[in-house]
Amino acid sequence: MNADPNKRFTETPMVRRKLCQEAIAKWIFRIMSASMIVPLLLILGYLIQRAWPSLSVGFILDVPIRGIKDGGIWPAFVGTIYLVFISLAVSAPIGILAAVYLNEYAKENWFNRIINLAVINLAGVPSIVHALFGLGAFVYAAKFGCSIISASLTLAIMTLPVIIASTRESLASVPRTFREACWNVGATRWQTIRAIVLPNSISGILTGVILQVSRAAGETAPVMFTGAIYFKAVQKGDLFPYRLDEQCMALSTHLYNISTQVPGVRESIPFATAVVLLGLVLVVNAAAIILRVWLRNRKKW
Amino acid sequence: MPVGAVNCDSFAPEDLTMPVPAPRKSPGFSFAVRQATRPLWAVLGERLLTVLIYLCGISAIIFVLSIFIFVFKEAAPVLFSGRFNLGQFLFSTEWYPTSEVNVRYGVLAMIAGTFAVTGVAMLIAVPFGLGAAIYLSEFCGPKVKETLKIVIELLAAIPSVVWGFIGLTVMSKLIVQFTGAAVGVNVLNAGIIIALMSVPIIVSIGEDALKAVPDSYREAAIALGVTKWQLTWRVLLPAAKNGLLAAVLLGVGRGVGETMAVLMATGHAVHVPHSVLDSVRTLTANIAAELGEAPADSDHYRVLFLTGVLLFVITFFVNLAADLAIRGIKKQ
Repeated sequence: MNADPNKRFTETPMVRRKLCQEAIAKWIFRIMSASMIVPLLLILGYLIQRAWPSLSVGFILDVPIRGIKDGGIWPAFVGTIYLVFISLAVSAPIGILAAVYLNEYAKENWFNRIINLAVINLAGVPSIVHALFGLGAFVYAAKFGCSIISASLTLAIMTLPVIIASTRESLASVPRTFREACWNVGATRWQTIRAIVLPNSISGILTGVILQVSRAAGETAPVMFTGAIYFKAVQKGDLFPYRLDEQCMALSTHLYNISTQVPGVRESIPFATAVVLLGLVLVVNAAAIILRVWLRNRKKW
Repeated sequence: MPVGAVNCDSFAPEDLTMPVPAPRKSPGFSFAVRQATRPLWAVLGERLLTVLIYLCGISAIIFVLSIFIFVFKEAAPVLFSGRFNLGQFLFSTEWYPTSEVNVRYGVLAMIAGTFAVTGVAMLIAVPFGLGAAIYLSEFCGPKVKETLKIVIELLAAIPSVVWGFIGLTVMSKLIVQFTGAAVGVNVLNAGIIIALMSVPIIVSIGEDALKAVPDSYREAAIALGVTKWQLTWRVLLPAAKNGLLAAVLLGVGRGVGETMAVLMATGHAVHVPHSVLDSVRTLTANIAAELGEAPADSDHYRVLFLTGVLLFVITFFVNLAADLAIRGIKKQ
């Protein structure tokens, strides 16, 4: 095939205009794409530069002092880890099994459509409405009070669609012939799923789980009213400072508090907190991407 | 189909779990046939697991319904009490929830604020998002495509509170510097932030929509000697318009529902905006800001839940519309 078929003919003004238009369009689209990325890099650079005076490992391990106006972010950091892992423990099994149902058991009918619509809506419900739900359902109706449990359950429901979508996509990519082969040797539906479908789609499931972690770590509004607290005295470097029925600090709400609610915070502290939160989320996401690329390259079909 | 062939579509693996009938003993012959039965616990276990999987499968429906029910339940007492006027709630711009003498709950100003911010965001995000989607799917090479997709994925991962912080610290200064506005936290600021937040979803759904256009369309157009631009403009955009509409609608849904970023970047003034440099308050930000102060079970608290119901309904219909648009393509 010739690389540029237009060159084989003499260029008429029309062809020339056509090619010119094409070049202009290409550059416009290229600039549009670049204009999403360049500002982002500039902003990141600016944040890191402003955060630099405070940014260190000690900043993460230290506890806040002088009414959270100075010091580190350890209680918030640990609190976020608590919230993320408890919500993960709830949403991962439900989400994976839901995806298994949708992809392996459900038939293509109106009921399946309603489930799909519900998943899409669950992803689209504003985070503040999730917060209201968590407050009404877990804090008051279930009487968990404002606690890590309430906040984690709210986060779990909120991040469920992430796991469902990712798992479902990877289950759907396992060829049907694999399943048929397994059925033909006499395996039941669940045996097939356990022995063939799940092992072959583990990469997508892990990606979903990791994305859930990053999403849960960054959410603010649902945590703010269901379990986050302004300040909690915690020993420096203490790994288990919270009980499950207690309120905890979280990185995201901590950032909100020190950047809007408290006057007189040392200038670089909010920037450093933002950079730590951003770094955490981006590292987790990068891990998901690397895992996906690595496992895709090993794929046997 | 030859006689005796198994039709794969109607062949369900449950058929295999049926107990194998005991071999008939005919006199004279005796075969040792091992019966293919499974222990009872395995059969029951699988039944149980199937029920569990089914329950998880419908969990999304349960959760969406219970979100609506619980939020509505908290809001209901004020809705059906004589003190509250739904017309005033929806069509009045006066929001004085803590007034001593004349309490008024009107959210029109905040609805206006929400749509002003979302509108500005979409004016920026739609052209850029669709432009980037077209560039990704039609113009760039595979390496650039892979890199761009990763960057967009990372862009989508930035937490909203960090976006709000960026609006508060970086964007507000830039806006004051370039436009001379009195305050940097306003409609324009939040609009730019929401635009950056909703661009990833517009790009990824838009790219999916363009990818879903059958290759035969492309081949037919290229055979006529069109350039990529003509192909995009005359063939792909009309063919993918439903999917692109869905991308825009999902972006709108994201904008309407965003909380922390607008809470920090809009400036928090309850009034109908007259220009993009006015400060506003959105429905979401209003709930987030006042929920902590409103005493539980007070009218104010219940009205905030009612605002939540309103938001739920708005986003539900936006998402429903997006879903119908996507279904539209699949049917073609």
